[in-house]
This record gives sequence, structure tokens and C-alpha cells, in this order.
Amino acid sequence: MATRLILQKIFKTGMVSEPMPEADLSMRTHEQELHDEILKVFGQAVAIRHVDAGSCNGCELEIHALGGPHYNIEGAGIKFAASPRHVDVLLVTGPVSRHLEIALKRTYDATPEPKWVIAMGDCGCTGGIFGETYATCGKVANVIPVDVEIPGCPPTATALLQGILAAIRTSR
Amino acid sequence: MKIGTQDWDFVAHGAHIWRGALTAEQLPVLAKAVKDEGGQLIALWGSDDRHLAGGYAIHVAFMTSAGLVWSYAALPAEEPGFPDLCATFPQADRMQRAAFDLLGIRAVGAEDTRKWLRHGAWPEGTYPLRKDFDAAPTRELDAYPFIPVEGDGVHEIPVGPIHAGTIEPGHFRFSIIGDRVLRLGERLGYTHKGIEKRFEGMDLDTGAKLAGRVSGDSHSAYAWSYCMAVEAATGTAVPERALWLRALFLEIERVANHLGDLGYLGNDAALSFGFMQFWRLKEDWLRLSEKLFGHRYLFDRIVPGGVTVDLTDSSALLTLTARLEMEIHELQAIYEEHAGVQDRFANTGIVRPSLAAQLGLTGLAGRGSAQAWDARAQFPQVPYDTLDVNMATHRRGDVLARAEVRFAELYESLRLIREIAQRLPAGPLRVAVVSTGELTEGLGWVEGWRGEVLVAVRIGADGRLDRVHPHDPSWQNWPLLEVGVLGNIVPDFPLINKSFNLSYSGQDL
Repeated sequence: MATRLILQKIFKTGMVSEPMPEADLSMRTHEQELHDEILKVFGQAVAIRHVDAGSCNGCELEIHALGGPHYNIEGAGIKFAASPRHVDVLLVTGPVSRHLEIALKRTYDATPEPKWVIAMGDCGCTGGIFGETYATCGKVANVIPVDVEIPGCPPTATALLQGILAAIRTSR
Repeated sequence: MKIGTQDWDFVAHGAHIWRGALTAEQLPVLAKAVKDEGGQLIALWGSDDRHLAGGYAIHVAFMTSAGLVWSYAALPAEEPGFPDLCATFPQADRMQRAAFDLLGIRAVGAEDTRKWLRHGAWPEGTYPLRKDFDAAPTRELDAYPFIPVEGDGVHEIPVGPIHAGTIEPGHFRFSIIGDRVLRLGERLGYTHKGIEKRFEGMDLDTGAKLAGRVSGDSHSAYAWSYCMAVEAATGTAVPERALWLRALFLEIERVANHLGDLGYLGNDAALSFGFMQFWRLKEDWLRLSEKLFGHRYLFDRIVPGGVTVDLTDSSALLTLTARLEMEIHELQAIYEEHAGVQDRFANTGIVRPSLAAQLGLTGLAGRGSAQAWDARAQFPQVPYDTLDVNMATHRRGDVLARAEVRFAELYESLRLIREIAQRLPAGPLRVAVVSTGELTEGLGWVEGWRGEVLVAVRIGADGRLDRVHPHDPSWQNWPLLEVGVLGNIVPDFPLINKSFNLSYSGQDL
């Protein structure tokens, strides 16, 4: 019974996945110190570890949204993984709270080379409304090196995708 | 105002909100009276009042049959303390420990005096919310005394603070035997961002932005609650149209979160079909929010004095709510028919009504365990006072109950959204908020999607924020997750956790 309802619903829903947006290379903080050859090998598929370093949970809403059917990220070779040891990219949200500073550094050290770091959201890019205080270290780049910055509060799922593509695509 | 047998000197402070001073010694008496008539402790926080020619103060908000009571007691400048309230209201425990970590106000007689929000970022003996705090950040090595479980075959699984999925950071210490959980110890505070300190000295408009970012998934609930407090403190009369639009935003936020949670609950029971379907609907919903109001999560649309954006054409909203309602019914039928989903949901993560009442389970999770509190239904502000909100409750207290409360609340929110869109009164969107030039205080209280969100505000004579305390319902509910998971198998923890979906950032502050 459930199976019949599920199949009916899938058939009625059809495909909602949309084409990938273009990479937004302006989000790169510097020309990445990686050889084109590496990008040719790894640049087409990427595994990402998300690290909440003190976020308000707003950016996480958009990371979740990216997993939905409109964006079809696994179809584009993008996969979120459970361990930093399995990934190419760290996607870091939040102003880095001082209580998570060590955990973020350890996560960075646990990620194998070559690796990219994306700072997501106004807080990750600048410290945002929380700033640098007794409790936060401010932007992600204050704690680990950052390759791509995606501003916004929160950045839309599309902007997030453009930033991820900017991290992994060779310039065309 | 009568609570129990005693008359209390509380005065009306807004619709269904009461306020009054008492002595620290009277606090346990009031707490007992509230408990005896079936009420709950909602929030507890402290303030440094030394710059106001006082010492410190402890503030306690109670839910009573007459509404919300905001009581406070002055404490001395030296060795500030008040009698422990945990014997009556166990949910006070972590709030009392946080009050000590941040202000050095001690709950005298409390059994559990472990630190809570302080890890290693500021030194022991210094208190960030004291006005004269200026300690440089430290890198003190942090240790937390979890309660160990010993015996044959018992072992521990430490999880976090960095989790395996896209979840907020926290540490869970499981003591297990075989696959069954004997004990769960939570350690939170990792995302402590110094929010309350950050409020100090802010102007009122910037404060609304910060309040909305205490817990990003509850933006409208916090922004509205904060603005309600500021407007009460300044005596601002908000235009009716703005209040109706705030309720519209709050219900849109509730729908978005419930859709997402129901998708993840399916996903955690290995029905990825459910995830894809509910997240397709959520994405349609977010895109409509962006089209109508310019932001997918309606950030910064609620401001002191009103709102910044109007609803000019409600046709797209009415069309999508109708389609969502139909599709959610189809998906609910599938969840109910699906043997695997029912097997995983039913009898998993049970919190019995009696325990929920004893420990103060609140909000959505509380309603899943027969705790029939919903401010929109019982203590309605404008416009809820004319919308007749139907409260959703359940007695099972398991994952299934919490899923069913979400389904019921989705249909009710979609109905409210249609009502609001059709009955929206005419008028301006915003009035100016003028500070009084004196020290004033106010409280806001809104039923967010997770539960009641409360914000207390004190505005200084200079018109800037002097003290703000935002309270998330997760404070009360986190300890119940520790209880709800007992006896369940470890692989059911993600499902149980998701069925509560509590905020880390909102309680870490």
C-alpha cells in the first residue's frame, strides 16, 4: 500500500532538479596555490565536511536546503561526508567561538592535503554581528587559512553552490 | 494577584504578562505556589545592577494560569546569592549554573555546581556579564566532570562537539551496555558567542538584528519577542497591520521548520523519499518568501515599531498554502502506511506526561507529551486573540507523537496564514520608537515553532540597551532528551534527537 502511494507520488512529482549555476570566481580570496593538474584530477568531484564553528544555525538551513531535489548536488559530484579525513573541502560557518577554536584547528589538521577552506556567511567572512569578543575569535580566517568566502546572512543555497564550485573549478 | 493562598504584589506589564519584586527568600515560596497550581518555571537569569546604585538581581519567569509572571529579587553587591529552586523546578539547574558562570550569582544550596556555559575562554572567578569585566581571553584547558557509569560490560561513546552531519556542535557522552543507552550526559556551551554582552550599549534597531540571530531557525520568533519587549519598555503602540504581518512571518517560519523536520524524520528512518518530498515543498515555500518579502527566512523584516515589508498581493500565498495542504496530506498518508517508518517512530524516545510535567518539558515537544501550553491559544496577543488557534497535543510522548504534533500544527499554521492574508487590517507598517530618557524595562513572549521564546530588555537613560536576556525553550527541553533516550538503542538517538530538534546556539548564547 505504502509502496503504491510512494510510486504514485514520485511519478506525479516528476523531476524538479535544476541546472547547476556557474561558479562565482569573485568569491575566491586569492588565486589558489594549487596546480591546474591537481584541479583537473580532483576538480570535478568533491567531498565536503561542514563545520559549525559557532553559527546561529541560519547558514545550516541553507546547507540543508542544498541537499534537496532542486539542487541535485550529488549529480554534480558534490558530496557531504561525515569525517574531515574523507574530504577535500571544509565548509565553515559562524564566527569562530573561542570554545570551538581548538576543535576547528584539529578538524583542519585532520583534513588531508590538498584541501580548500570555504568560509560561509557574513560571520564566517567578517565576524558579522557577533564581532570579536571575549567569546568569539571573529572570522574563520583568524583561525585557519581561507580560500573562498561566501557572504550573505545567510547566503542563498544558489550562492553557496556558486562558492563551492569556485573552490573546485579551474578558471575557464 | 493570587497564586496559591497568597496575594502577590504583581502588576500588569502587557497582555497576559505580570511583573513584581520580591525578596530572594520569597522566591522558593512563589515557586512552590506556582508548581502547586500546575504552572512551570520558564526562565531564570541575572543582572548586574551595581551601576544603578544597587547590587545584583535574579529574575525568574513563571508560567501560571493567569499568564507569564516576571518576578525579580534584589541581591547584595557582595556574595550575591538566592535559594536554589531545583527542588521545585528541576529545569532551573542549568539556568542557575549559567547565571553563576556569567554573573557570579550563586544558587545557595544547589547540589549541582558544575560550570555550564564557561569552558576555557574566560578565567574562573571572572564573570563576563558584570559591567566591569575586562579579562583577556584565556586558553584554559577545559575539563568537565561527566557522571560516570561503571560495571560489567558498560562502556562510553563520546560524540562531538564536531558532529558527523550538518548539525550544531555539542558533546554527548553515552554510557551503554550492548546497544542500549544507560545514561546520556550532555555538554553544551560550545557556540557561546557572548550574545548578552554584545547587546550592551547597542542601539535598539541593531539589537533587533542580533536578537534575530540568537537562533537563526527561529528568527521571527526572537525578533518579534525582542521588539515586543522594546515596545513595552518605551510605551510604543504598534500599528495593527504590523502585528498581523508579524504573526504571518511567525507562521511562515513554523511551516518552514516543520516541513524540514518531517523530511529529516523520514530520512532518519531510512525513507529518503520523505526527505526529498518535504524538502521540495520547503524549497517552494522559501522561494515564495523570497519573492514576496525579499528574504528566504524573512530576516530583519520585524523591527522595533513594526515591520519593513508589506503583503500587497496574497494570491500566490493562497495558491501555495492550498497546494501544500493537499501534498502534506498525501505524504502523511504515506508516513502512516509505511511499516518501517511506524516501527521506528512508535515507542521510540518516550517522555511520559508525568515526567514531562515534573521536569518542565515545553513547546512542541511538551505538547507531544500532553503538556498543553501554547501561548497563541491560551494567552493570545494581537492578532491571535481573534484567530482561535487550535492547540495540537498528544499523550504518547514518543517520536511518533512529536511527528503528529508537527503535522497538526502545519495544517493549523496554513489555516492561520490564509486567515491573516484575507483579514489583514489596513494601516501603516511602522511607527517610530522614542526612548523615554529614563531607565525602562520590558518583556516579550512569543510562541515560536520550537516553543516559547522570551526576551527581557532593559533600556538605559541614553536610549541604548543596558541588559538583554533572550531565552530559548531548548533550555528546559535538553535535559528531557537525556531522559527520552534511556533504554533506546544508540542508532535511534539521531531520530530521537531530530524529533526534539533543539537549539544549541539559542541556549549557548
